[in-house]
Amino acid sequence: MLQRIGTAIVVILAVSALMLAQALPNPDGIELSGSWAARNFTDAIGNMPGGGPRPVEYMGIPLNDTGRAWSLIYSQSQVSMPERICDYYAPTYIAIGPMGLRIWPQSELLTGSTTAWIIGGWADFVPITIWMDGRPHPSKYAAHEKSGFTTGVWEDDVLVTYTTHMEAGAIRRNGVPSSDQATMTARFSRHDDVLTITARIDDPIYLTEPYYLTRSFALTRAPLNPATHPCTVTNEGVEAQRVPHYNPGQNPFVDELTKLYGIPQEAVLGGAETALPEFRKKIKDTYVRPPRCVSVPVSTCGGPGTYPPID
Amino acid sequence: MKYLGAAGLVIALLAMHGEGQGQGRGNQPPPSARAAASFDPAGYWSSLVTQNWRLRMVPPGKGDYIGIPISAAGKKAADAWDQTKDEAAGNQCRAYGAPGLMNLPTHLHITWQDDNSLRVDSDYGTQTRVFHFGSWTPPQPRKRSWQGNSIAVWASRRGGRGGPPSARYLRITTTDLLAGYLRKNGVPYAENASLLEYVDLFKEPNGAAVVVWTAVVDDPVNLETPYIISSQFKKQPDGSAWDPTPCSAGW
Repeated sequence: MLQRIGTAIVVILAVSALMLAQALPNPDGIELSGSWAARNFTDAIGNMPGGGPRPVEYMGIPLNDTGRAWSLIYSQSQVSMPERICDYYAPTYIAIGPMGLRIWPQSELLTGSTTAWIIGGWADFVPITIWMDGRPHPSKYAAHEKSGFTTGVWEDDVLVTYTTHMEAGAIRRNGVPSSDQATMTARFSRHDDVLTITARIDDPIYLTEPYYLTRSFALTRAPLNPATHPCTVTNEGVEAQRVPHYNPGQNPFVDELTKLYGIPQEAVLGGAETALPEFRKKIKDTYVRPPRCVSVPVSTCGGPGTYPPID
Repeated sequence: MKYLGAAGLVIALLAMHGEGQGQGRGNQPPPSARAAASFDPAGYWSSLVTQNWRLRMVPPGKGDYIGIPISAAGKKAADAWDQTKDEAAGNQCRAYGAPGLMNLPTHLHITWQDDNSLRVDSDYGTQTRVFHFGSWTPPQPRKRSWQGNSIAVWASRRGGRGGPPSARYLRITTTDLLAGYLRKNGVPYAENASLLEYVDLFKEPNGAAVVVWTAVVDDPVNLETPYIISSQFKKQPDGSAWDPTPCSAGW
């Protein structure tokens, strides 16, 4: 008799344990946690650590006339202004910056549901919080912040995020502007240990159509440091009340790419058509191939040791 | 011990029951790749060259290796690259092989060749890739080509069993390649390089669609680390922009 009771208790406990386990659904989506090393091959020029594109290098960007004009009056010295030293570090920097990503979930402990994904591992940048709990975006009248406001949903196991309420910033590291009306949709698509982020930037002020960018990352066992040191405003000696800029028609770098790389002006100044294959027909007779790499410094020509293997 | 045996039996039965819920329908044959497709990429697509423009849209100068984890051996070979020799030898297509093709400025025409074969034509260099699903095996004897032999599967983002079904992406493995170039200035890959590709299709709320093609090229001879690169294509309403052009070593 005792033996039967014991068996019954064990069975009941086992079934209860299984039911309890089944009552706690797995969180939605797939695992994104970990350290993702940047593999900056897709945009080696734009994402180049410590560098980035040339001052007037707008090819492939669907700029409208306003965006182009604003880009051409930009001087890189603006980043020495206390008011603008942090301009680049909007959420769009995930697409144009050089860094790897440290990603982790913020979970609701009773149910295990993910209330947010956090992306850290950035220099000069506060972590991005991707709210997954269904909260709405703020009112269109709400203040815009450097960090913007980002929500996310899973679509077919791809994390799709939507960012609004950003401050005006840049979409290329040579001052091509983004307005405070810009939004970013980003798709985090994991395949095995490769993560590809596809960013779509919409900006009714400076772009004629969505601007798509992709970056790929490789999962690494070497942890990226999640600590961040947000961009700090410092005095770099720029005279108060002065905004470094070039007057219209006076940007000294406007023909730099033509001289260095033989790229015709109509390509250098960008526009949606410059991103399409058929644009090559327009420049076939005017492009002059440089005989050798002419990048300065010469290290930016690449070569062995430029991209160390990851662990 | 007897208790544990009884409990184990119950757990096993429940586990089998749960697993069965996540499976397909009995002994029916698996659906064709076309029927099982998570998305249908058929149609015309156009490269969107918004990144690395001067390295992709126009042939860069010799020695411009930025963006490729080139090894010392690869650099030595690339430094010796000679466009006129390639042209004289009829090797104008060396930069149009599968490891580099999708990153070139091209239109794609994607069609189902049959229910288990997806065909991708590029107008740039008039190349054809065929992705074979199912139990296809390369014809014997194996023959190398610019596009090699490709086997594709609809892969799940989830490993293991259980949980809700996961939408899938296209995973393509390509072998039997001829040695070629990753870039039009002679950055080489060897014939034994491996090529693994992942393809996603994203639909926008306004009906637009974008294909993102991520490639992982591993070549221990010419590369210091795997070369991971993604390319994007925008869906076209028709083939009006389709413009077949032959391979060119210089343009």
